[in-house]
Amino acid sequence: MWFWGVSAVIFDKGSRTINDACLIYCLPGGGVELNPIPISLYLYILCYTISLQQRGTSAANMSQKEVNGSSHRGKVLTLETMNQNVRQVEYAVRGPMVLRAVQIEEELKKGVKKPFTEVIKANVGDAHAMGQKPITFIRQVLALCAYPALLEDDKFPEDAKLRARRILDGCGGQSIGAYSASQGIECIRKDVASYIEKRDGGIPSNHENIYLSTGASDAIVTMLKLLICGEGRTRTGVMISIPQYPLYSAALTELQGVQINYYLDEDKCWGLDVGELRRSLTAAREHCNPRALCIINPGNPTGQVQSRQCIEDVIRFAKEEGLLLMADEVYQDNVYAEGCVFHSFKKVLFEMGPEFSSVVELVSFHSTSKCYMGECGFRGGYMEVVNLDPEVKAQLTKLVSVRLCSPVSGQALMDVVVNPPQPGEPSYATFTKERAAVLADLAEKAKLTEESFNNVPGFHCNPVQGAMYTFPRITIPQKAIDQAKAAGQAPDQMYCMKLLETTGICLVPGSGFGQREGTFHFRMTILPPKEKLKYVLEKIAEFNAQFLQDYS
Amino acid sequence: MSFSRQVIASCIYPELIDSDKMPLDVRERAKTLLECIGGSVGCYSDTIGIPIMRDSVSDFLTRRDEGVPSASGNIFITHGSDHGFGLLLTMLVRGDRSPLVGVLTPVPSQDFGNALVASGATAVPYYLDGQQGWRLHTEELQRALRSAREVCDPIALYVINPGDPTGHVQSRESMEEIIRFVYEEKLLLFANEDHQDILIGEGCMFISYKKVLAEMGSPFSDAVELASIHSASKGFMGEGGLHGGYLELVNFDPSVQIEFDRLISLLGLPIIGQLALEVMLNPLQPGEPSYEQYQEEIQHIRETLVHNVTRAFEVLDSLPGISCEPINGGASMFPRLHLPHIAIHQAKEEKLPDFFYCSRLLEQTGLCVCPGSDLGLPEGTYHIRLCIMTSVDTMEEVLRRLGKFHKQFMKDFS
Repeated sequence: MWFWGVSAVIFDKGSRTINDACLIYCLPGGGVELNPIPISLYLYILCYTISLQQRGTSAANMSQKEVNGSSHRGKVLTLETMNQNVRQVEYAVRGPMVLRAVQIEEELKKGVKKPFTEVIKANVGDAHAMGQKPITFIRQVLALCAYPALLEDDKFPEDAKLRARRILDGCGGQSIGAYSASQGIECIRKDVASYIEKRDGGIPSNHENIYLSTGASDAIVTMLKLLICGEGRTRTGVMISIPQYPLYSAALTELQGVQINYYLDEDKCWGLDVGELRRSLTAAREHCNPRALCIINPGNPTGQVQSRQCIEDVIRFAKEEGLLLMADEVYQDNVYAEGCVFHSFKKVLFEMGPEFSSVVELVSFHSTSKCYMGECGFRGGYMEVVNLDPEVKAQLTKLVSVRLCSPVSGQALMDVVVNPPQPGEPSYATFTKERAAVLADLAEKAKLTEESFNNVPGFHCNPVQGAMYTFPRITIPQKAIDQAKAAGQAPDQMYCMKLLETTGICLVPGSGFGQREGTFHFRMTILPPKEKLKYVLEKIAEFNAQFLQDYS
Repeated sequence: MSFSRQVIASCIYPELIDSDKMPLDVRERAKTLLECIGGSVGCYSDTIGIPIMRDSVSDFLTRRDEGVPSASGNIFITHGSDHGFGLLLTMLVRGDRSPLVGVLTPVPSQDFGNALVASGATAVPYYLDGQQGWRLHTEELQRALRSAREVCDPIALYVINPGDPTGHVQSRESMEEIIRFVYEEKLLLFANEDHQDILIGEGCMFISYKKVLAEMGSPFSDAVELASIHSASKGFMGEGGLHGGYLELVNFDPSVQIEFDRLISLLGLPIIGQLALEVMLNPLQPGEPSYEQYQEEIQHIRETLVHNVTRAFEVLDSLPGISCEPINGGASMFPRLHLPHIAIHQAKEEKLPDFFYCSRLLEQTGLCVCPGSDLGLPEGTYHIRLCIMTSVDTMEEVLRRLGKFHKQFMKDFS
């Protein structure tokens, strides 16, 4: 039977009271069934339906107005008079591919026939959107913080309530709705500092060096704002790995910093070579003032987990060359490959002794959007600053106060992440199980993807050692390259666009991340559920075979 | 607000939707919202806000403005009003190219200096009239604009209505004057309407700039580029920490709007904040189970505010050396201090007189208020700003301490 409509029966015409309301269903064999519903639900449905109609009308009216409304008089804010840096910003992860993907979804909804029934968004690292389940304990604590009356509910375990109470005690008026101190709630920063100490084998961490932020992105952009200055030859340059996560290039464009590229070595599993760092730095010194080096470990989009030796080399290089190190470690729990271990930059720095640990300026970033939590929507994150000049730190504290504070629900979430259930606590078993399951699932999919892609002719896929992505090198025939260039498109963009139109699979072309001249890649997430991932891998292989044929 | 928090908690922990601990309307709303946001509050939000949220905003605006249409395509979800203002500034500035872009900003108001400097623009102060309830005079805007043109390129006018800390609610005539002014002088109009939910003054009405603009008709209604800012941070929601707000652009160049989209796409928006916003703009209807409690809670907040303001007036007006302008909206009171010469003289040795007063107040009574000099007011007049969005008991205590301190202060420095 299917739902047909909703109806109310008004008995008392004089006062127009609703006495009865029902949902009307059509039965399979014909005929109609009435199911009584509370009046409140009827009213709710009615209001919602009316609002749906209004939505349609108002949108139509306004677009009419937009078409007719622009007057002969010029606008104050035009493409020419606005901030030109914003125009140059490109962020491929949410760029033209995604816009087209969303359009296709609309078309599918309208019933347009396509060779596929759904768009699969394997472009952005959004775990929950791909079906990953949230960790129960985390959601329990956050629900308790959002609606503290639930603290009386015995459905919630004691350890969750304990943490919720601690967080609420740190909030103004015991509410996550209150603005917090700009640097972040103090007790949470203390918990973050303890977590870092434990993680790094006892190396001390001071909560005054912790800044809670809106995801890691917010903290990264804040540091860049602090760094970028100068003009012409003295303009600040920032070293970023190629391929890179395009937040860095986008932020540098917007802030007019100079982007200094250093290439990761695809043939050595995306390893980092100090010789390459030196080459890139020397060349950059001709035209700018290099002041910082950014490194993402585990890597995005490349998935490599840097060895301890490599991290030491980078620290040594930074000290020699007087560079501030920005270590983006948001994927620190996402390590899959055998023999690979996450080493935090801070730990390695301190283990290298005071010659380095008292000198090298390091900022480390973490977030609640990745790892086993995948809670992108909460916008939780932090940065820890090490060896920053105290006066600069005061300026940093002032700078973050301009944006008041990071979302308090994200701060609360970060607190749960750094303060998980301990052995002996009621939620420990379930939490550990869920966490292990998420990470094991990702590890399995990482392996599956690597194997699958390395069986596709023309593909070369490095092992996905960590993070959430694969970045295979693909072969694009000369004919296709020429066609793309004639159309003013990057060849891998054309490849991905065709893939999207043919299969509904949305990836991000390698040109969005940077790659060696003459090579082509795409980035795909390993987040779709296993069965769907297998389907995606098959479809890509099919498409690739057809593509190579079409352009041979 | 209980309803909004219940909905948010249920979205965070969907097991609550299946239990009967929560009222039916909470469960229904949470279910609908979860479906629209992709099943989990842990997903990234779409870059400019989840479509259903933007639809809710545009519906709300159409209802609020009695039929003046609003399109979801012109709505951008933000972290709150400061974030919205910051985004607009980023769009305007032109790097280090001279002359710098200027934004006319009201004095007194929250210190925007930092936000403006951080973004690369210049603040051009225009002074509200402290003798006339902090009204805005077009002559003052003219003066500010003329002086600004010598040092920068003024491109926008920022107004806050209802005013904070001034508590002034603009009349329609005043708003029409502003619109005419920006039209003639070719300025963008940024209207921060964060405090629109609760008005304190009797008979006071909030009208949005959008409505006034639309009702003025051509040539204003299709030419003036207006950005209206609102959020769930103030009013009866007061959810500053959740970071839910929006901005609506009217008459902006469509290609500029596309660039604005791209700018916002870099940093994600918290879903919880959007949920709070959605509930605020799509309130309960009579007959729904939680409706009565919801209305009671709003009433209670409103009554508390009115009570606080009335009491504050009673106490402060009776004190020598303090005078207050009427408060019709906003979340603050902004009394003027008529300090004795001796106090002013002593203060000037170390700091500004109202800062001096506030420091002493803090040290002696533990009461922390904001000096008027922090809000941009020039030398010569002295004010303090206190928040009135607090419980009746706390307000009483605040007034008791302030009253006692003030009497002593006036005696000590007479």
